[in-house]
Amino acid sequence: MSDPTRHEGTPESEGTPHPAGHGDTGADHLERVATTDAARELPPEQAGFGEGVIGEVLLDIQHLSKSFGPVHANRDITINVRRGEIVALLGENGAGKSTLVNQIFGLITPDTGTVSVKGDSTPIKDPKDAIHRGIGMVHQHFQLVPVMTVAENLMLGHETTKGGIVLDIEGARTMVRELSQRHGLAVDPDVEVDDLPVGTQQRVEILKALSRRVDLLILDEPTAVLTPQETDELLGVMKELAASGTSIVFITHKLREVLAVSDRVYVLRQGAVVGEVATKDTDATGLATMMVGREVVLSIEKDAATPKETVLSIHDLMVKDDRDLTAVDGFSLEVRAGEIVGVAGVEGNGQRELVEALAGMRKVASGQMTLGELDLTRANPHETHHAGVGHIPEDREKHGLVSAYSIADNLVLNEFDQAPYAKSGVRQFSVVRENAENLREEFDIRSSGVMQTAGSLSGGNKQKVVVAREMSFEPKLLMAAQPTRGVDVGSIEFIHRRIVEARDKGAAVLLVSAELDEILSLSDRIAVVHGGKVVAEMDGKDADRTEIGRLMAGDH
Amino acid sequence: MSDTTTEKAAPPPSGEEPPEEQQSRGGALAYLIAHQSAVVIVVALVIALLIGAVLIRLQGVNPWYAYETLIREALVYPGAFTRTLQKTAPLVLTGLAVVLPLRVGLFNIGGQGQFVAGAIMGAWVAYLTSGAGILGALLGMLAGIVFGGAVGALVGVLKAYRGVHEVISTIMLNYIVAGVTFWLVVGPLQAERSKTSGIPQTEAIPESARIGSIAGVPVGFIIAVGLAVLCWWMLSRTTMGFRFNTVGANKSAAGYAGIPINRVIVMSLAFGAGLAGLGGALEAEGTLHRFEPAIVGSLGFDGITIALLARANPIATLPAAFLVGILRTGAAGLQFSTGIAPEIVDLLLALILLMVSIPVLGKWIFRSRADKVSVASTSWGS
Amino acid sequence: MTWVTKNRTTLVILAAVVVAAYVFYYAANDIAPSMFVAAWGYAIPLVLASLVGVIGERSGVVNIGIEGQMLIAAFAGFFAAAYSGSLLVGVLSGVGSGLIAGGFLAWTTVRWRMDQIIAGVVLNIVATGITSFYYTPGQILPSLIPNLDIPLLQDIPLVGEVFFSGRSWIASFAIVAAVGVHLLLFHTRWGLRTRAVGEYPSAADTAGVNVERLRLVNVTLAGSLAGLAGVYLSMDASSTFERGMTAGRGFLALAIMIMGAWRPLRAFAMALFFGFVNAVASQLQQSGLGVSGEPSGFLEWTLAAITSPQILATLPYVAVLVLLGLAAGRVRPPGAVGQPYVKGDQ
Repeated sequence: MSDPTRHEGTPESEGTPHPAGHGDTGADHLERVATTDAARELPPEQAGFGEGVIGEVLLDIQHLSKSFGPVHANRDITINVRRGEIVALLGENGAGKSTLVNQIFGLITPDTGTVSVKGDSTPIKDPKDAIHRGIGMVHQHFQLVPVMTVAENLMLGHETTKGGIVLDIEGARTMVRELSQRHGLAVDPDVEVDDLPVGTQQRVEILKALSRRVDLLILDEPTAVLTPQETDELLGVMKELAASGTSIVFITHKLREVLAVSDRVYVLRQGAVVGEVATKDTDATGLATMMVGREVVLSIEKDAATPKETVLSIHDLMVKDDRDLTAVDGFSLEVRAGEIVGVAGVEGNGQRELVEALAGMRKVASGQMTLGELDLTRANPHETHHAGVGHIPEDREKHGLVSAYSIADNLVLNEFDQAPYAKSGVRQFSVVRENAENLREEFDIRSSGVMQTAGSLSGGNKQKVVVAREMSFEPKLLMAAQPTRGVDVGSIEFIHRRIVEARDKGAAVLLVSAELDEILSLSDRIAVVHGGKVVAEMDGKDADRTEIGRLMAGDH
Repeated sequence: MSDTTTEKAAPPPSGEEPPEEQQSRGGALAYLIAHQSAVVIVVALVIALLIGAVLIRLQGVNPWYAYETLIREALVYPGAFTRTLQKTAPLVLTGLAVVLPLRVGLFNIGGQGQFVAGAIMGAWVAYLTSGAGILGALLGMLAGIVFGGAVGALVGVLKAYRGVHEVISTIMLNYIVAGVTFWLVVGPLQAERSKTSGIPQTEAIPESARIGSIAGVPVGFIIAVGLAVLCWWMLSRTTMGFRFNTVGANKSAAGYAGIPINRVIVMSLAFGAGLAGLGGALEAEGTLHRFEPAIVGSLGFDGITIALLARANPIATLPAAFLVGILRTGAAGLQFSTGIAPEIVDLLLALILLMVSIPVLGKWIFRSRADKVSVASTSWGS
Repeated sequence: MTWVTKNRTTLVILAAVVVAAYVFYYAANDIAPSMFVAAWGYAIPLVLASLVGVIGERSGVVNIGIEGQMLIAAFAGFFAAAYSGSLLVGVLSGVGSGLIAGGFLAWTTVRWRMDQIIAGVVLNIVATGITSFYYTPGQILPSLIPNLDIPLLQDIPLVGEVFFSGRSWIASFAIVAAVGVHLLLFHTRWGLRTRAVGEYPSAADTAGVNVERLRLVNVTLAGSLAGLAGVYLSMDASSTFERGMTAGRGFLALAIMIMGAWRPLRAFAMALFFGFVNAVASQLQQSGLGVSGEPSGFLEWTLAAITSPQILATLPYVAVLVLLGLAAGRVRPPGAVGQPYVKGDQ
């Protein structure tokens, strides 16, 4: 009986193999991956890692360097990965981790040095080559075509065809279902990717990588968009894969995850490897110190809050997203002057739409928002700003800054037409410049001058520009959405301190963040959001990590 | 789906040394382009003229003689310089008509139609109000701005509120305006003598409402220069200009900053088209003293070339328009002396534009540091 | 079948249109047939040109230069045929110049990352420059492109008369091309990769597809269709070349592409629609509607205006504005159109 779906015949299409003993897929398989301790209980011969077991060297990188102009993204990096190992690449934002793995996957070519895969040191030309050599990658920003179905996305690049030309969708569907079962990641092949929740999209992304033969799987910040429970699940999957012979290289800046699942850690700082350690030989403080190069205070010190009158009042707010679906669904919250309210939640639960609506950038479907006496519900950004609302937007490249403009111009982006920066419609450049010099000093913006184009600053400094701008006019309400995303640790500390300072000066602060640590460290009060509404409110001191995690996942 | 940025994030920094300083006063991408590629433009010009020389040689004519004739016809012979200036004036305006919206990220290629709308209404109003002398001329100019601007405003409204891409709508309006004005000029606005001669035209504008020259310099040219400077000043020194540039540089950030994007879109197109309309009115009042369908020639399309040559810098439209003016004025004489068809100028201009837009420049300019996304195309999908 | 239920609305609209067409055909038998024939004739180059746009934009590349491509091809085809005495040489020259122009567009925008709209505008200006200058009047074609009457199909009332008789093979090819591009785009490997490259190129890149190469190939080859459209204009629909003879068809084709939601078969339908609008305008012009004598009063003037030949001729262009205005927000272009792709973009 001939197979109606003729594959293209390459070994890639067979998918990642798994050894005998892991073929069971069923209810208890799921139970096993749900707890991160599961893999530790595997006997050593199935584990592929552990004390005394040395697997073959899968990936050997020697003296790798890569520069972009004057920026040395990777400097003389030497690392290796053995079969069955989980190796973590730890470092703060901008340390060079993504650049490194992009070279392993063939997206960038190294300047000097070699990357050897299974002993073969031929340079990796492009992703196709990398895939062919057994490397797979799960990207931080999912590489999925939104309007195409799961099946179409999974077969892209190695399509199942009839007669070599005509697409065989049915064959693709079958492949998806098989893969789904084999690795215990359930997905529906016929759904359009952009209709899927983020956690499921990541499953698709992982399956995509696993649909080819993968000896080494790279995961780039995989838990950024997951709830704590989903994170645990993912970590479990990673251990499964390692146990079945697929090595994992895993980029993260989250110490917790490194300690939970990796065998070895390489710490990167400013483009170079500054430490290599077996996970069992280190702890959070040790890792953090290596990451930053100095003693790091992992949480910020602040005085107790003395909240005053209610500044922001949100009542039963309903806001639609870009696809006209309800994103904010009956959201109610109050923020008082002199307090920081942290909105905790996994991305995709309406936070972005909420903040945009509050800033006047998005239309409100129903409900009300008031700032003191002022009704903000129908206000536009100009009006909200002048009412005293500062907004640190989630996407600084898109909303927060004009990359082509100078730092000085960016610092007056909201006020360019107000006195003293303009007089009767004519801009007063000297005043703008002076303001910029002051702010640059006050907020420690590292640049060669205030006339430098904002686009050439580092992530942290870009964010400092935005923060400087939004805090310098002493807002009544400060909204900070993901304020330290993509920012180096030094700048994170700085920004956190400034936020607390703003609070101490009497501002009401609304902090929206997907980083639970940030919320826990800064907030006086915490509101957990799920499905577009507040599902729980609590005092900062009473907050329990696990509890919040549950609530974030919708378990309430 | 996690938000994917289409702009390349700045490469990971070393943390210690910040990258070199880049002066960017007023900051718009287009301004940056204009400032830094003057040398490259001259090189491109030279290359284009060399290619043109080869083509002229193939016609059996000595290219250096041809170029010399062009220059002489345009600048040296008595009255030539004035004629060249007269030709340059409307070109500056049609060039500005493209430049202004370009700074907002919009592509106004409807200069032809906007010019014609301004020309016919300018001619008509000047004719009607010629009793008031110079005031008639001014009213005519105003009519030109208003009617040309109306066409632009329509394009802007369709773009801002209905998402109709301006490249398509401006071209459609070119044809629509051509049709309407043609009907007008053989219908209600037809001159008496035109009904017998068969040449479609409107009544002649009497002397009193015409525009002449001051000390040999055509008034239209003076107005055009003034407007070019005004546009430059507006874009680089005023808050209105800041709004224009910001919408062009980063629409989302402009929205965040509270800039009324839709209004900016409509305004930029209305202003730009108004300038083209003014060019038409000036041409009708100053050069032709009436309206004929052929008044526009290729002025609208030349405006596109000029704007691209000027790299969206209003002041640079002056030399660019002057260059085109020289070529166009010299062309008639060229044909007389060498037999080469005046269309050679179309070809030369096309070559110049090609050389200026192409490779090295394209790569260098449009892949500038932080913004790799080019200006005009971002408006297509939105 | 599920296919029928999924495409309910389209089928209903299609059925309604077909019925209306036939009713008109029989009811107004004196003018209808010639109108339909004229409509198809006008639509043929639009079909080909809009396919150029569809292929390009589905790959992520905006092509504003279709107008220039057609003009150059019309020029090259006509004069090559006239000078060489061979129709075949003419056709090949026309199609070839479309290819070359497409290649120019592809290389400058994809390889050199030039702004796509500017590249298109430059192409148009260059095409105008070249064809204006090298134009020589008085040339004639050696012969006309032969007709292709398809035996059985040509006897079908209305449809057969219009599509399958009295037309050259270019016309038939246009139909085949529309269907072909549809099948290729939605049912082949090439189509899936092309659409991925136009929607979200980095996903294609990381899956092993060579984004740049695919875009280069697609835009260049699509140029051949523009070339054929140009050849049709100067060697089939008319047997002469006039300066500027494309008369905005390249831009009409873009409008058609948009209204057809970047789908080949819908673009085909929209092209037919535009052909019909044009035929209606011509018919109205001929039938001498209008006000006799000098009109008086605003109303009469307006009526005289609308029924005048000059303003009736603007009907297709007005229709574009109205329809595009209505289509706002209802059609969505491919996600990555207009953006050059830089590797490592995520």
